Amino acid sequence: MHMQRTGVRFGERLFVGLCLLGVSLPLGLLLVLLGALVKAGMARLEGNFLLAYPSRHANLAGILPALVGSLWLISLTALLTLPVGVGAAIYLEEYQRRGRLARWVEINIANLAGVPSVVYGLLGLAVFVRQLGLGRSVLAGAATLALLVLPLVILSAREALRTVPQSLREACHALGATRWQAIGRVVLPMALPGILTGSILALSRAIGETAPLIVVGALTIVTFLPDGIHSPYTALPMQIFAWVSRPQQEFLANAAAGIVVLLTCMLLVNGIAIWLRQRLQVRAG
Amino acid sequence: MALAEAGEQADTPTFSVRQLCAWFGDQRVLHGINLGIPRHEATAVIGPSGCGKSTFIRCLNRMHELVPAARVEGQVCLEGVDVYERGIDPVLLRRRVGMVFQKPNPFPSMSVRDNVLAGLRLTGSMPTGRGAREEQIVERALSQAALWDEVKDRLDDPGLGLSGGQQQRLCIARALAVSPDVLLMDEPCSALDPIASAKIEDLIHSLKQSYTIVVVTHSMQQAARVSDRTAFFLAGSLIEFDTTDRIFTSPKDSRTEDYITGKFG
Amino acid sequence: MIKPHTNREYENELKRLRERLLRMAGRVEQMIADSVRALVEQDLQLARRTIEADRFVDRAEVETDELCLVILARRQPVASDLRFITLSLKMVTDLERIGDLAVNICERAIDLGQEPPLKPWVDVPRMAAIAQGMVRDAIDAFVAGDAERAQSVVDRDPSLDELYTRVFRELLAAMLHDGSKVERGIHAQSVAKWLERMGDHATNLAEQVVFMVKGKDIRHVAKPDEV
Repeated sequence: MHMQRTGVRFGERLFVGLCLLGVSLPLGLLLVLLGALVKAGMARLEGNFLLAYPSRHANLAGILPALVGSLWLISLTALLTLPVGVGAAIYLEEYQRRGRLARWVEINIANLAGVPSVVYGLLGLAVFVRQLGLGRSVLAGAATLALLVLPLVILSAREALRTVPQSLREACHALGATRWQAIGRVVLPMALPGILTGSILALSRAIGETAPLIVVGALTIVTFLPDGIHSPYTALPMQIFAWVSRPQQEFLANAAAGIVVLLTCMLLVNGIAIWLRQRLQVRAG
Repeated sequence: MALAEAGEQADTPTFSVRQLCAWFGDQRVLHGINLGIPRHEATAVIGPSGCGKSTFIRCLNRMHELVPAARVEGQVCLEGVDVYERGIDPVLLRRRVGMVFQKPNPFPSMSVRDNVLAGLRLTGSMPTGRGAREEQIVERALSQAALWDEVKDRLDDPGLGLSGGQQQRLCIARALAVSPDVLLMDEPCSALDPIASAKIEDLIHSLKQSYTIVVVTHSMQQAARVSDRTAFFLAGSLIEFDTTDRIFTSPKDSRTEDYITGKFG
Repeated sequence: MIKPHTNREYENELKRLRERLLRMAGRVEQMIADSVRALVEQDLQLARRTIEADRFVDRAEVETDELCLVILARRQPVASDLRFITLSLKMVTDLERIGDLAVNICERAIDLGQEPPLKPWVDVPRMAAIAQGMVRDAIDAFVAGDAERAQSVVDRDPSLDELYTRVFRELLAAMLHDGSKVERGIHAQSVAKWLERMGDHATNLAEQVVFMVKGKDIRHVAKPDEV
């Protein structure tokens, strides 16, 4: 039987080449962009940039309140959205798997995840800022972001719960465990890496959101650090936006430096998510 | 060739099943099953695919109703008490009636020791005064499951690191640690090689002395080797239930005869 | 046996076994008839040919035993198949014994040679006919799974025993009366005895058939003191 190599499998190689191009092109563009940014912000990327307050002088303006504000925001958002999101996912996945409610929610969550973020800002303005009287506080901002991020958390938590094989739940039931015992002591620990990863990725998206924060009243120039959940605040994207809108050319360097800081934060958070998943998966076998 | 008299029921059956019917949604899968499962014996349930044998044993420990749109009617009396009566907690029932599944399913994130103790920890029924008590429970359960000698130096190794046959025996040990009265086994050897299967069959023989065992199997030779009594199911009905010796030498119903001699199924 | 086995190879093996048994039984029946005819007609050629034929029967026993062992090992038969196989093993033994008894009769025929018989052979051929019929019916019952026919074979055995008793008494009287007739008398008595034993073997066959069909053991039932 004829088994000799007939020649180059041309079609296959062409396909592989195209795929490679498809990957390297955007990555390449991204690298170029990053390079340009770093070059632009080089002048301002130094120690006191991270520790200084905004100022009228570009070379003295720093990013501290924005950084701290973002940190406050993310922490509060996490506190608000994680319990609700994970709890909802557990309810939908474990208690209502095939119920009408679950199916209705499933259809709508995908839609919710695609709603433009400014709409969430308007919702936050109406409900949190005005109706609930929270004003332009960190809490209102965090609550708005929490709403924005909630569909993603629910989706990824449900996915993580789905990866736990049904046979393990059956084993728990056969041993005489209640549903909650099974979830709490076997299913949730197993799904935790996935839930954490998904949640952290969802949160990292929130770090970069600008539009909802503008609507909900984050300040652009702030010379103090937030001192409580009801305090006014600013965030990294806001600060960058403010600097870009300044007429003076020097502030562009600050903006570039600010973007670098923002991107670094996001990369850091994503990196933590991946590291955590590695650690937890190894432990879970 | 002295064969036992046909259709003899034990005096005090562990399970008394009366007119048991089961549905998946609108589809009826069990039609009025009546039988008594004797105490401290191994009862095999055989029949072609889709005959309802798995559904039947899942009705014995009320696992069938965990499936959405599943329904059960009829009586299943465990030592005189109908487990489907109002007020009976299925969770507590399942602590008295344990189950082992076709594919071994030890908990992946747990060591061998933790797997054995999982049943007790999950349900919060770990006896107080830990430490030595725990070790005793682990050793007792693993010995009963004929696994102690093979893993006694590896108790902290992950449960998934054992071979298929060992994993299945680990699941048996896990079920036994909760001290049930009955052990249900749903095709326990289907996923195992012949030697591992033989070890489990041997194990069933020794477990019979302390527990009542019900084994669902699609291998007639296994049913013949392992059980004292055999029930033959076909299309959701119980066709014949008799001592294994009788069923395999002179079955009464021609459908039983045809199935076990390989004329269909 | 309306439904065939799903495994056609298995079905063929069982068919082959049935055919072997039928062939063997046919040969044995023929040997019964020929051995007595050789005796009565003093046909020494026939006697020798019949003794030769026993070789086939012996070989058939060995081959059939092997076939049964193979089926047991490969197919792990249960229920009616199991009863069929295990009883085939036993039946083959009984058939082979009947063949040996026919050989004995032929040897006697050769020994008696051209000597005139003590008295005309009347009862012995009658016994032979009955024995032959019993063997035929037992095997037919086995193949057809006919318990009633098998039962009729069992019921015929007493008549064979009666005939033997009568022959024995007559020969005994003749021997006591005239001492010179003793040698021939003993030969004749042996032949009658062997025919009666053939009947016993055929009865064994029939009792086994009843067990196979009904799943009920009727052997040793008529002899309560032996239990």
